[in-house]
Amino acid sequence: MGTIQLKNVKKQFDKDVVIENLNLDIEDGSFTVLVGPSGCGKSTTLRMITGLDDPTEGDIYIDGQKVNDVTPGKRDIAMVFQNYALYPTMTVRQNIAFGLENKKVPKEERDRRVKEICEIVGLTEYLDRKPSKLSGGQRQRVALARAMVKQPKVFLMDEPLSNLDAKLRAQMRVELIELHKKLGTTFVYVTHDQTEAMSMADTIVLMKDGYIVQQSSPRELYNNPNSVYAAQFIGTPQMNVLRDALPDGKMLGFRPEKLSFREMEAPHITLRVQVATKEMLGSEIIYSLNSKYGTLMAKTDYEIGGGAEADIYVPFSSMYLFGQDEKRIELDDTAREQIKSVFAE
Amino acid sequence: MQTYDRDIILNKITRALNVILKAIVIVIFIFPFYWMVSTSLKDLTEALQFPPTLIPSSFHWENFTHVFEVVPIAQYFKNSVIVSITVLVLQYLIIVPAAYSLSRHEYRGKKLFFGLVLLGQMIPQQITFLPVYFMFSRMKLLGTLIPLIIPFISNPFGIFMLRQYFMQIPQEVIEAAKLDDASNMKIMFKVMMPMAKPALVTIGLLSFISTWNNYFWPLIMTSSETLRTLPVGVAALKSSETLQMWNIIMAGNVVLVLPILIVYIVASKKIRNSFTYSGIK
Repeated sequence: MGTIQLKNVKKQFDKDVVIENLNLDIEDGSFTVLVGPSGCGKSTTLRMITGLDDPTEGDIYIDGQKVNDVTPGKRDIAMVFQNYALYPTMTVRQNIAFGLENKKVPKEERDRRVKEICEIVGLTEYLDRKPSKLSGGQRQRVALARAMVKQPKVFLMDEPLSNLDAKLRAQMRVELIELHKKLGTTFVYVTHDQTEAMSMADTIVLMKDGYIVQQSSPRELYNNPNSVYAAQFIGTPQMNVLRDALPDGKMLGFRPEKLSFREMEAPHITLRVQVATKEMLGSEIIYSLNSKYGTLMAKTDYEIGGGAEADIYVPFSSMYLFGQDEKRIELDDTAREQIKSVFAE
Repeated sequence: MQTYDRDIILNKITRALNVILKAIVIVIFIFPFYWMVSTSLKDLTEALQFPPTLIPSSFHWENFTHVFEVVPIAQYFKNSVIVSITVLVLQYLIIVPAAYSLSRHEYRGKKLFFGLVLLGQMIPQQITFLPVYFMFSRMKLLGTLIPLIIPFISNPFGIFMLRQYFMQIPQEVIEAAKLDDASNMKIMFKVMMPMAKPALVTIGLLSFISTWNNYFWPLIMTSSETLRTLPVGVAALKSSETLQMWNIIMAGNVVLVLPILIVYIVASKKIRNSFTYSGIK
């Protein structure tokens, strides 16, 4: 069982408080992605789970057991590093077997397990090569195999795909998802890339400045962001947020893909805009639009010339209302009336 | 067309000059060694003859057996080997953990320790030999080879160089080893030392040469024939009854230099090999 719990964890480097008070529950067998901009504390959180960094305060539990004083090697976890961190002087076989050797696994079983894993990740013909003679993708596989062979309770990955080119990254993403399904082990994955987070995770932990902004499924995070920050972090282009359209500092948000150039039946508001720029992406077009309330982004298949003026329609069902503190508030009937009256002017 | 010809000629001249200059440099470096070897094979008359001959008229290999008869050179050789190898092995035992600790661990007084190590490098032997001599004398160790070994088992330059080298090893590799449940010893021996092989070979080579060639220290610390090392023994050739017998002195020098040449040739190949495989960026 690979549950992970962080309770009231604080992390301080010298006088610099990186994480103030973090509480995090990671379910057994989940694919949890910690996502956020650089410096948000996601890597620090991961390193505290590994034991490579100790929390200044608070407790960490793996599989229900407090592991604060357990060394990284004894936590029954495996990690894949961003730059692979292979042992350059060892062959692929030695790299993979090193952890088993330290755990005093008998030679025969070691050989069998290394062979098994290499068949899964497709490294069998490279077993006697040094890492320097492998391509980036193959090195990544060695790093994965080295983690898998230990049969850990938890896999931890720190931006493992960021050194690969776009094509290989997409391929490895699919392979990781399949691997997770096959193993059924807990995966904790750190990235700053929202696409990676959305495509792989079953739980996303969105972080900012050392605290958790929102923890939910990708769908929930997209459909029901709890703040302006969460709303704008997920989705490209990011959600349009009208900051000074409504009274009392309230803010109105809607996603670029939800607004329409076509008249609609559903209750909606109408905005007059002028097309500033147009990016043709093939199946859809991204427009940047000038409006009374600032620049808006739109993502649609509707064709309209640059510089043209048009009306856009935003249905109430796709609107998000945020309070002055940037937290999500309910879009109730009074709010609807208020919005209607503002945009009717 | 003419300028084209001139270019070819100029090109040839520069190339010829290049070769000639390199040849001169090589001769300057090789000649003393050649002179030593050639003299060691001459008889005494030819060795002192003027103008000197470059190639011995007849080869007197018996000069070498003669060296072994005049002075106990086999004993010196044995002492030199014992001292150099022991110092080398003990240095590795001290340097590697010291460099690992200084490069990869945080503890109180680390900077002070490192400062002391560097200070050791800066104080010349000529200042420390007297107190060290008295110390060994009081410990009644002067009749042994120990005074030639103990003071050299720490090598500040080696610690410094290896520390720099260890610091270049990516932190993630060591962290990966920790996650693989490797002990500090294992990280040091199985992960870091293989990665630092070029540095280790270089340090070993420099250490071996400097111990092997050390003249001053063995001269001070040893008084009996049986404890002398080769440099002291060969120097003694000049002042012994073989005075002015340059062919014998040179034969002694060949015996002195040969092991270093062999070690150098073997090790330099190793150094080149170790440098060609590099880690992963």
